[in-house]
Amino acid sequence: MTGKGKRERGKVLLEVRDLHASVEGREILRGIDLTVRAGEVHAIMGPNGSGKSTLAQVLAGHPAYTVTAGRVLYEGHDLLGMAPEARAREGVFLAFQYPVAIRGITNAYFLRSAVNAIRKHKGVEELGPVEFMDALEEKLKAIGWDSSYLSRPVNEGFSGGEKKRNEILQLAVLDPKLAILDETDSGLDIDALKTVAQTVDKLRRPDNATVLVTHYDRILTHIEPDVVHVLAGGRIVKSGGKELARELEEKGYDWLREEAVVT
Amino acid sequence: MTDVPDRTAPYVADFEAFARNGASGAPDWLKELREGAIGRFAELGFPTMKQEEWRFTSVAPIADQRFILAHAPGSPGPSGTPVGLPAPSDIERLCLGAGPRVVFVDGRHAPTLSTPADLVGGARAGSLAAALRTDAGGELARAHLARHARWRDSAFAALNTAFLADGAFVHVPADVTLERPLEVVFVSTGRARSEGPLVSHPRSLIVVERGARAAVVETYAALSDGVYWTNAVTEVVVGAGAWAELYRVQREGPHSFQVATTHSRQDRDSYLGLHVVTLGAALARHDIDAVLDGAGAELILNGLYLLGGAQHADHHTVIDHAQPHCASHEFFNGVLAERSHGVFTGRIIVRPGAQRTDSKQTNNNLLLSTEARADSQPQLEIYADDVKCTHGSTVGPIDQMQLYYLRSRGLTPEAARSILTYGFGAEILDRMRHPVVRDRLDRLVRERLA
Ligand SMILES: Nc1ncnc2c1ncn2[C@@H]1O[C@H](COP(=O)(O)OP(=O)(O)OP(=O)(O)O)[C@@H](O)[C@H]1O
Ligand SMILES: [Mg+2]
Repeated sequence: MTGKGKRERGKVLLEVRDLHASVEGREILRGIDLTVRAGEVHAIMGPNGSGKSTLAQVLAGHPAYTVTAGRVLYEGHDLLGMAPEARAREGVFLAFQYPVAIRGITNAYFLRSAVNAIRKHKGVEELGPVEFMDALEEKLKAIGWDSSYLSRPVNEGFSGGEKKRNEILQLAVLDPKLAILDETDSGLDIDALKTVAQTVDKLRRPDNATVLVTHYDRILTHIEPDVVHVLAGGRIVKSGGKELARELEEKGYDWLREEAVVT
Repeated sequence: MTDVPDRTAPYVADFEAFARNGASGAPDWLKELREGAIGRFAELGFPTMKQEEWRFTSVAPIADQRFILAHAPGSPGPSGTPVGLPAPSDIERLCLGAGPRVVFVDGRHAPTLSTPADLVGGARAGSLAAALRTDAGGELARAHLARHARWRDSAFAALNTAFLADGAFVHVPADVTLERPLEVVFVSTGRARSEGPLVSHPRSLIVVERGARAAVVETYAALSDGVYWTNAVTEVVVGAGAWAELYRVQREGPHSFQVATTHSRQDRDSYLGLHVVTLGAALARHDIDAVLDGAGAELILNGLYLLGGAQHADHHTVIDHAQPHCASHEFFNGVLAERSHGVFTGRIIVRPGAQRTDSKQTNNNLLLSTEARADSQPQLEIYADDVKCTHGSTVGPIDQMQLYYLRSRGLTPEAARSILTYGFGAEILDRMRHPVVRDRLDRLVRERLA
C-alpha cells in the first residue's frame, strides 16, 4: 500500500445525511450530516449528553434507538437496513463507551467467536483455538497485555481502563474498515493512552477510516485527525482542522452553543 | 392433611419386613438407628407445600405413588443375578472416566461393574454394606453415620436412614493424598415390579481425615426412561487441614424422582469444594447442609441446574458458620427452558462467636422461555457482628445489552444467545479444579444446551 504518493481523497466509506434519531420518544439526533472517506480520521467532540454516543450506537445498530429521519450509506449500501451483526461483518466496528461484561465467557472464546463469525461470512476457513492464539500473540503484545486477560471472562471485573484496552484488542483482532471509538481514551492512564493510540495509529490504512469520539485533545496528538467535528444539541455545529480540538479544550463549548442556537 | 399418615404406612410396613429379614444381621447401634428413623419418618410424614421449606415444591407425585424397595431382602439383588446386570459399556458411558469407580445398581453395590481401586496409604473406596461387616469399617461408620445428616428434621433423610443398607464408603486416612478422583456411580435400571416402581435409598459416607487430599465424583444416572425414585443421603466429613472436592452429577431419568441430602462437616483449616450439576429427573430436591465447624475452614459451594420440559429442581442449601474465620463462597446458576421450574434457597447462618466470617452467595437464573420460572430466596441469619456477608440473586431472560454487544461483533442472534446461555454454565464449570472432570462436565453441559 506504500508509494501511493501524494494523498488522494479516498472513496466515500460513510455518508450520513440529515440523520434524526430518538430514544424513548425523545429526539437526540436532530439532523446529522457527516461524510467519512477511506484513509481519514474524524474526531467528534462535544458536551456531555450532546448525542455522540447516540450517533455511534445508531451506526452500530443499537436496538434502543429509533431512526426517525435521514439515511446512512456505508460503501454505498443502506446501513440502517442492516442487522448489527451484518454491519460488523461488513467491517463496521464500535468500541463501546461502556463495554459490556459477559459472565462465564472467556475473552479468548469471545474473540475467536467474533473472528470466526466474520471469517465464515467472508468464506474464509475458521480458526481453531491454537491457530487463533498464535495469531493473537502479537496483537496482545501491541496493547501491552499478557495472555492472562484472555482467560478471564469478558470485561467481568475489569477496571475501566482494562475494558477500554479490551475494546482496542477487539479492534486489532477484527481489523474493521470503519472503526468508531467512543471515548476509548477516557479512563486510561498516560502510558495506556499512548499504547492504545499507537495501536489505533498502526491500524490506519488508505482503505479504512476511524471516527474518534473524545473529550480530550491529547489522543489527537497521537492520532492526527483529518477533521474535527463538534456535536452539540444533536447536530454537528462546527467542523474544522485539528487545531479546532485544541481550541475546544481551551475554550470549552459555550461559545459554539451560542453560535448554534438556531432552533 | 389427614391422609398423610396413610402415605407413610406402606413404608413402615416395608420397614418391618426389611428389619425382620435382610437387615437383621446388623449391629445393635444400626438397628436402633433405623428403628428411630422409621419412627421419625412416620411422625413427620411427607412434607407439604404449607411448610416453609417446601413452599415451592410439591412432593405429591412421590407421596401419591407406592414405591417398592429395590432389592428388598429375599429378592435377587444384582450380585446374586448377574443376568440382570447392566452391560459394562452402559456404565462406562455414564462415567466421567477420571479414576477408579464404584458402581451401584438400584442402590446396591455391583462389584463386577466396579473397577478395583488399589488405593495408596490404606485408603478405601467401596460399598458401605461391606464396610459395615468389617470391624474397622463398622467403627468408622458408627462414628460418623447419621451424626451429620439432620435426619430428625427431614422425612426423606429419615426414610433413607431407616432403610440404610448400602452406598459408597470412602475413607482417606490422615495425610494420604489420592491423585485421581474416585468415581461413585449410582445407576437406576428404571425396572418396575408388578406392585409398583422402585425406590432406592443410597447412603454414602466419605471421610477425608486430617491433612488428607481427595476428590470424589458422585453420579446419579438412569439406564432407561422408567419411573423410579432415588432417595439419597451422602455425608462428607473433612478433617483438620484436609482438602476435598465432591462433584455431584445428577442425570437421573426423565420420569424419575430424586430427593437427596448432602451433608458436610468441616474441621479447622480444611477446604471443601462441593460442585453440583443438576440435569435430570422430573422432580428433584437437593438439600445441602454444610457446616463449617472449625476455625479457618473454607467452603466453595458451586452449583448449576439446567432444566427443560416440565422439570422441577429445588436446591435448598444451608451453610452453617459455626466457628470464626471461616469462608464460604456459594454460586448457583440456573438455566431454565420451556416450562421448567428452578428453586434456590440459600440460607446462611452465622453463629454467635463466628467472627470474621466471610460469606458470599449468588444465584443467577436465566429464563429461556416465558413459561419457565425461577424462585430464589436468600436467607441470612447473622448472630455475630464482625462478619462480611454478601448475597445477590437475579432472575431474567437473556440480557439485551449483552446480546447486542455480541451481535455488534458479528455474531448472529442465535449464536449470541447460545454463548450467553453457555456462559451461565461455564461460570460454574470454571470453578471446578479437576481438569478432566471439568472437561467432561463441560461436554455434558454443552450437549444439554445444544
Ligand atoms: N438508552 C437511553 N435511554 C434513555 N436516554 C438515553 C439513552 N441513551 C442516551 N440517552 C439520552 O440521550 C442524550 C444523549 O446521550 P449520549 O449518550 O448520546 O451523549 P454523549 O454525547 O455521548 O455524552 P457523553 O459525553 O456524556 O458520553 C442524553 O440526554 C442521554 O441521557
Ligand atoms: Mg457518550
